[in-house]
Amino acid sequence: MNTYLSSNNLAVTKDNALNTQISLRHVSKVFPGRSGWFNKITGQTSSDFIAIADINLDIEHNTFVSIIGPSGCGKSTLLNIIAGLSEATNGNVMINGQIVNKPGPDRGMVFQSYALMPWMTVEENIMFAVETVYPNVSVTQQKRVVKEKIQLVGLTGAEKKRPHELSGGMRQRVGIARALAINPEILLMDEPFGALDALTRGFLQEEIERIWEQQRKTAIMITHSIEEALLLSDRIIMMTKGPAAGIDEILEVPFPRPRDRTTVENHPAYLKLKQEMEDHLYRETRAVEEARIK
Amino acid sequence: MTALRAKSRGNSPENSWLDNENVQALLLFLLSLGIFLLFWEVGARMKLFAKGVPTASLTIKELWYWITHPFYNNGPNDLGIGWNLLVSLRRVAIGYTLASIIAVPLGILVGISKVAFKAFNPYFQLLKPVSPLAWLPLGLYLFRDSELTGIFIITIASIWPTLTNTAFGVAGVNSDYLDVSKTLGASRRRTIFKIIIPAALPNIISGLRISMGISWLVIVAAEMLLGTGLGYFIWNEWNNLYIPNILVAIFIIGIVGILLDQIFAYLEKLVSFGK
Ligand SMILES: Nc1ncnc2c1ncn2[C@@H]1O[C@H](COP(=O)(O)OP(=O)(O)OP(=O)(O)O)[C@@H](O)[C@H]1O
Ligand SMILES: [Mg+2]
Repeated sequence: MNTYLSSNNLAVTKDNALNTQISLRHVSKVFPGRSGWFNKITGQTSSDFIAIADINLDIEHNTFVSIIGPSGCGKSTLLNIIAGLSEATNGNVMINGQIVNKPGPDRGMVFQSYALMPWMTVEENIMFAVETVYPNVSVTQQKRVVKEKIQLVGLTGAEKKRPHELSGGMRQRVGIARALAINPEILLMDEPFGALDALTRGFLQEEIERIWEQQRKTAIMITHSIEEALLLSDRIIMMTKGPAAGIDEILEVPFPRPRDRTTVENHPAYLKLKQEMEDHLYRETRAVEEARIK
Repeated sequence: MTALRAKSRGNSPENSWLDNENVQALLLFLLSLGIFLLFWEVGARMKLFAKGVPTASLTIKELWYWITHPFYNNGPNDLGIGWNLLVSLRRVAIGYTLASIIAVPLGILVGISKVAFKAFNPYFQLLKPVSPLAWLPLGLYLFRDSELTGIFIITIASIWPTLTNTAFGVAGVNSDYLDVSKTLGASRRRTIFKIIIPAALPNIISGLRISMGISWLVIVAAEMLLGTGLGYFIWNEWNNLYIPNILVAIFIIGIVGILLDQIFAYLEKLVSFGK
């Protein structure tokens, strides 16, 4: 699929337009408020809400990008627009030079709310995805992929369980396995490790790092964890607080790959990057608090 | 300390079964039933109630007679209660099945399309609160046959709850499930059969349950005017002015209603998945 040269271990130079896979131009999202005569009479009008405003971004092939920012700033909104699930009010998203107007299996999505079908078992949830995307592959092959992914996320033994019998962390892992099972070109993850305990979280982060190292997909991950972003990403996008959230700064993460936690944490640039991110998050979260008090 | 002691005492084998909620409820139920029957028996013997009210013992004796002799046939006005029950059940089964076959697919179609939902909802809202018996003259006029009219009434009565519940269930499918289906690029057909219908199944089943309840309510009323069936049995006993048999029929109608409802309660549990 990738006819482009694969990127080197360091972050890819931005002006290499040929290598750009995802490109956002002036993307904004406005959630319309309530208006109209009925709402006016009942006093329930609200004004339009500008969630994100004028976002420009280029993501190269095979890069791992993290998005970090204060809660409610519009990270999920942005990811949904890239996924094609939500339409940008202004601007557009291009993937491989084509304007995105609907979702598709080239983009695998890990949902913040897991989005598992409660009537399907773990196995069936993943199988549904595989069957949908690869209807012509033999059943034995499909089953093998499902089994492999279940093993990968450490859910062996829970194949026949339904989502309501699983813990939050286990559900999230099913969501990750489902997204990986369809082998998408681009992986979109909305806080994929949010509900996990520290140990599983660390284990899965390293798993993702390993998978990514092998398969080199383009990945966009929303996260609240600075360490996670630094471990996994080539670039970290720091968003400002909403409303009308935008990109404050993009950090290039220079750590060599393959990475593991210790080599990353001992890298000379680690502390400086971490400090920078902490300052940013602190500033933006303070601003959110101040806006609320006013 | 006291609480602890009380608890440990409660756990001792001699009287632990008395602490069981179900056992307590059963005892209370039996006690209240005993008091009710006693009050009824004494009241009826002392002629405290209206003229002609039978005693509890006579009613129970009749109940026993009808239960032990369900299937005999001495012509339409003297038919075992089993035959009448089967007649009623047959009418309900045919009318209800017919209604479900119409209501479920139609509900799914209406629920899937926002436009169709808005356009057709007024019909359902208008027709839903109309008593099914209001359709009786129309049915008799159209079919000129009591059997077909009975089935028609049941169909009309049981169509609306299933239809509206199905449409609401389909229209309200969690958008997360639909998003998953969209990101996978699932076809419309696959989305409907693999996502929308299973997701709406709890609503569909509760619609079917309400419809069944209504069918059973309506058939008895309709049969009073149609001849044969449990409703006619009651009507006939009213003409004979024999109250115990009316009470027996009421009891049997209630029991059958519970059984029918329990089937759907079980199905509802089957598709609820921890909700
Ligand atoms: N459908 C909607 N209608 C109106 N407003 C919305 C809608 N969806 C999101 N918003 C608003 O847009 C803003 C951004 O929401 P979004 O879910 O993208 O935040 P987020 O950055 O993902 O937050 P979190 O980190 O808590 O998940 C929020 O203020 C939210 O209230
Ligand atoms: Mg979010």
